[in-house]
Amino acid sequence: MTGSIISPQQVMDRFTARIGSGIREARISERREGKKKNPHYTIWLEIDKELLRPAIEILMEIRFPHLSVIGANDLGDSIRLVYIFSIQYGEVKSEYMVTFAVTLPKTDLTIPTISDLIPGAVFGEREKQEFLGVKVVGIPDSRRLFLPEDFPAGVYPWRKDETGIPPGMVKDLWASRRPANRPAPVVEIKEVSGINAEPAKESGQSPKEDN
Amino acid sequence: MAPDEKKAPYTVQIGPVHPALKEPVMFTFEMEGEQVKAVDFAPGQTHRGIEWMGMRRNPVQIVHLTDRICGICGVVHTLSFSLAVEQIAEIQVPERADYIRSILHEFERIQSHLLWAGVAAHELGFDSLLHLTWRVREQAMDVIENLTGNRVNYGIVQVGGVRRDIAPEQHPAIEQCLSAYEGLLEKLLNLFLDDRTIAMRCRDCGILTRKDAIELCTVGPTARASGVNVDLRQDYPYAAYGDLDVRAILPEQHMGETHGDVFDRIVVRLLEVGQSCQIIRQCLSEMPAGPITAEEKLAKLLLICKKAQGEAIGRVEAPRGECLHYVRMDGKESPTAWKVKASSYSNLMSWIPMLIGEQIADIPIIVASIDPCLSCTDRVAVVREGQRSILTKEYLHRLSVEKTRRLQR
Repeated sequence: MTGSIISPQQVMDRFTARIGSGIREARISERREGKKKNPHYTIWLEIDKELLRPAIEILMEIRFPHLSVIGANDLGDSIRLVYIFSIQYGEVKSEYMVTFAVTLPKTDLTIPTISDLIPGAVFGEREKQEFLGVKVVGIPDSRRLFLPEDFPAGVYPWRKDETGIPPGMVKDLWASRRPANRPAPVVEIKEVSGINAEPAKESGQSPKEDN
Repeated sequence: MAPDEKKAPYTVQIGPVHPALKEPVMFTFEMEGEQVKAVDFAPGQTHRGIEWMGMRRNPVQIVHLTDRICGICGVVHTLSFSLAVEQIAEIQVPERADYIRSILHEFERIQSHLLWAGVAAHELGFDSLLHLTWRVREQAMDVIENLTGNRVNYGIVQVGGVRRDIAPEQHPAIEQCLSAYEGLLEKLLNLFLDDRTIAMRCRDCGILTRKDAIELCTVGPTARASGVNVDLRQDYPYAAYGDLDVRAILPEQHMGETHGDVFDRIVVRLLEVGQSCQIIRQCLSEMPAGPITAEEKLAKLLLICKKAQGEAIGRVEAPRGECLHYVRMDGKESPTAWKVKASSYSNLMSWIPMLIGEQIADIPIIVASIDPCLSCTDRVAVVREGQRSILTKEYLHRLSVEKTRRLQR
């Protein structure tokens, strides 16, 4: 590991000195557990979208950060992305979290990619694109990540407005039968009796299932 | 498929039903002869939308949902979700609960690592070793059942504490299990690390460099095997770990050097079993007396959670690495935002540098080397000259076993 250990307050001071005007809100939260009550800290910074990349660069000057995940909230007329980093890993009881929160109005849901700075960010960015409809500008791989290929376009599961999951996709699913527009199975389907079979034509064996 | 694609590189697809994750994965390999030239993969084949469900439930209900995120890690997801909610609602967890949480957390690590070691042995064709590791794993499962009432989906962690205490009568059972493992560890280390064939199959196979491990945000034993000093139990004091002196296990401590290969991942995981035994023993002896939960009555607990406002991060060291839950609550019954980051989410991207340049018979062990969930690779579809044929998991496994036999000659 390189460099000396610096305290959360020192990190915070570094950010206020360099990009102070763009920080809308800054706080440090603390949590103590166990018998000795050793603290761990989280630095929360609300910053402007333009400052996201400069802020990460400042963080990288300290040490190479670990990007844990990109969290997200739908706040109604805007979407807030929370970039959750940890720095100073590998130092005994001195690791802490640094989060950058960026609020994007729903009229302009674009955010620059950070994957050129931190290659491991691609996963999180792909996920945010498909789950929230955020457009990551410059993303090297813009395919879907978790959602299936036939998931309807324009539906974003984590959104709380009309583009969220419509009730039809989650309610009364028992009523929806096997989709008709799927490709034919590779393996030929054998003659089956039972749940998926058509109502038995020959009499004698009446299926117990109600479909 | 275009006709000119008859020539190398061939495209080999593995998946979409694949065991290396809790979600099956679809792999696409570009092969030239036996060698992997390029890899691509698509996760999410069985995305269950748990976060979506959670945003429509209250924290007490979510705790039972998080228990079921993973079949192996029944403690870590619930624990990190609870840690997040406790921070938002400013609930102070009793110290005894912190210790009980840590004990269960370590038992989970033991059973998960042993399960993984068995899978690794199986992938290499050492089924006797698989049976040995899985038989001894049962002891940890029995203790977990003794402590929680369940073998999986423990239902032990609750927001504010734990739901069952560890009584003094249970200590002998725990102690017996720990000493059995400590006696066995030497044998396991010997069987895995001093075996010539395992060394031939795993040494310098599936290498992840330290630089790649850091840049791809890799976590847990996969990162430690590449020489990255990360372990939340050491770096980030949560639960009882702030009181203990846990140190990250790195391969160079045991082997004198770091290769970042499959072999190093075996070293790290096996040594962590021994480390977990020590941690449990220390927790048992130092466990303070007192209540096990901050709020026993669920209705009251719900009321506290309902009033809570703010956001927080709960973070624990799962058997496979960092598990993180981000929660935001806005004074409503259910959280406004909930993001689950399982350890494998961070580790998947490391497959690409590991697999490139390796042989097709090494794919099973490399894929398994980052993650213990290898339960049932269903099939591999090979698309060759426009013809689709299904290779079974057994076929791929046989290739791997044959390679071992070849090397043994």
